[in-house]
Amino acid sequence: MNNTLPLVDMQGVSKRFGARPPPGALGRALRRLGVTKPPLVTHAVDGVDLAVRPGEVVGVVGESGCGKSTLGRIAAGLLAPTEGSVRVNGQLLNGLTAPERLAARLRVQMVFQDPFASLNPRLRVSRIVGEAARLHGLTDAASEDDYVSAQLQRAGLDPALRHRYPHQFSGGQRQRIGIARALAVQPAMLVCDEAVAALDVSIQAQILNLFMDLRDELGLAYLFISHDLGVIEHVCDRVAVMYLGRVVESAPVDELFARPNHPYTQALLAEIPRIAQRRTTFNTIRGEIPSPIDPPSGCHFHPRCPHAFDRCRSEVPTLRGIAIHHASACHLNDAA
Amino acid sequence: MSADDVPTLEVRNLQTRFHTRGGVLPVVDGVSFTLARGKVLGLVGESGSGKSVTGFSIMGLVDPPGRVEGGQVLFQGQDLLQLPPAARRALRGNRIAMIFQDPMATLNPVLRVDTQMVEAVLAHRRIGNAAARQLAAETLAQVGMPSPEDRLRAYPHQLSGGMRQRVAIAIALLHGPDLIIADEPTTALDVTIQAQILSEMQKLVAARGTSLIWISHDLSVVAGLADEIAVMYAGRIVEHGPVDAVLDQPQHPYTQGLIGSLPSANRRGARLRQIPGMGPNLLQMPPGCAFAPRCARASAACSVMPQMHVPRAEAPSHQVRCFHPGVAEAATA
Repeated sequence: MNNTLPLVDMQGVSKRFGARPPPGALGRALRRLGVTKPPLVTHAVDGVDLAVRPGEVVGVVGESGCGKSTLGRIAAGLLAPTEGSVRVNGQLLNGLTAPERLAARLRVQMVFQDPFASLNPRLRVSRIVGEAARLHGLTDAASEDDYVSAQLQRAGLDPALRHRYPHQFSGGQRQRIGIARALAVQPAMLVCDEAVAALDVSIQAQILNLFMDLRDELGLAYLFISHDLGVIEHVCDRVAVMYLGRVVESAPVDELFARPNHPYTQALLAEIPRIAQRRTTFNTIRGEIPSPIDPPSGCHFHPRCPHAFDRCRSEVPTLRGIAIHHASACHLNDAA
Repeated sequence: MSADDVPTLEVRNLQTRFHTRGGVLPVVDGVSFTLARGKVLGLVGESGSGKSVTGFSIMGLVDPPGRVEGGQVLFQGQDLLQLPPAARRALRGNRIAMIFQDPMATLNPVLRVDTQMVEAVLAHRRIGNAAARQLAAETLAQVGMPSPEDRLRAYPHQLSGGMRQRVAIAIALLHGPDLIIADEPTTALDVTIQAQILSEMQKLVAARGTSLIWISHDLSVVAGLADEIAVMYAGRIVEHGPVDAVLDQPQHPYTQGLIGSLPSANRRGARLRQIPGMGPNLLQMPPGCAFAPRCARASAACSVMPQMHVPRAEAPSHQVRCFHPGVAEAATA
């Protein structure tokens, strides 16, 4: 499977957000006079390489502000990276003509976290699900109704409900509508951004099962973004752990959970509450997650790391292979 | 009477209803439990199960159209529901405190942390401003707030989510309450921050003998923290017992379904065991067991309301509301 062409291949992708100074001569003059402050720049994603191959489920895990959602949006073509390249089916997105780029974008669709905010409350479900497919010529006005019914059925919803509005559905059903909408343009890959985080446990299980069924039926690939390590462990083949914009460790899921290498991954794994642990003393890593506007120097994790030494404060560790398919960005691997 | 004999909290047949245009919703319907001094009760359920409203009812914070319409809430032997509002107010924030899910809803965004904390101290204690401020700083330090003196001068928006929740917890702890009701206080936090807060709470509760009701949808969090677990479904407690009994030998099909649908309870990559159907509609509750429409074991008997009873003689404190209790023979797929 490793030899197949990746569906989405991101290389050295970075995304910075921040106020740009006013352009042109005025901006230069203001800057010279010291009137404008240097812009605050958020390094949301910082030099990430990640590829998803057909039929593969790749997990991205991390805490708030680690850039996992931004990375997902770059993969889905919703955001353009500030640096780096994104290839879809081996083709560089920037080099494509407009119609080709449109076709490439259809290959990758998104399922969002909030099933309340991600559906237009004024549209009927039939329109929400059918509109994109009709615009892209996957169906026509005559057969749109049947097409929508088929999509809803596939997402586990009763097609008889297609003339209702989103507010008439429960959270789990809305998430199914979001999935039906994504599937309606026949993508090869779904980017699921915390797609089950807002759901109750019993509904979460139903939606996760649906994702796995769709993978078997349609051979879909997933970029599965979550903060929930239990969910990641369950559905993913490969996992990338992010911290403040960088991938700190990536490995096949069994390997990552059995032999976590990076101190941050180890801390995360140690701190997932598990149902088998009773009256535990919660062991904690110290400190807060730093701001991505002014991240710590060197290894971003060093202020919280129990093993940090001088080099961690000055030098950024690179992501290097430490075992087969297992990469970690930690200076400790050199010392050993 | 000695403090050891009287439980910190005893709730008897609590009824809270919401009078809406669509009809009367029995949001809390006959909830009863006892919480001894220094014990931690995990109150678990999904959205709409009534777990939060149970907490609000104990605090006396149910707003219209909701109303506490029946039952008793005995706090150290005294029925809170019979107390005049002024007497309840004297207890609230003093002997009984609550921590909410969203710390921004607790904190006033336009007041500095010290203003809010000093106000909370002076509401129940006649001491000077400086002493109150000192107490606020000490309490912040106890909940693991670094450089509490600096943080006292901050506004809530200048703090991170975890720090705000620490402030909210510190406010709850100011007067050393006997009972804390915590309503999903770590749900919005990241894993590493959640672990820090759970760890602080655990130490504080153990050190002071405070009783704690931890309301959560997350069985895994409750497993590590609680002494007892009560599982709620559609406004009723359906299973209640010591944490090990409820999690290792769950008797109610709903509890089994909840545990079974956790990814960690399933083999990796395998289909998760799921509970069929959707949560109940409180406007159209069946007369019998509310879970029967989703239950694989439902029979004709289930059209009558089952009562809480002890299914296993060897575990006398483990109660369940089901006619067909028992550990799942073959888990329903």
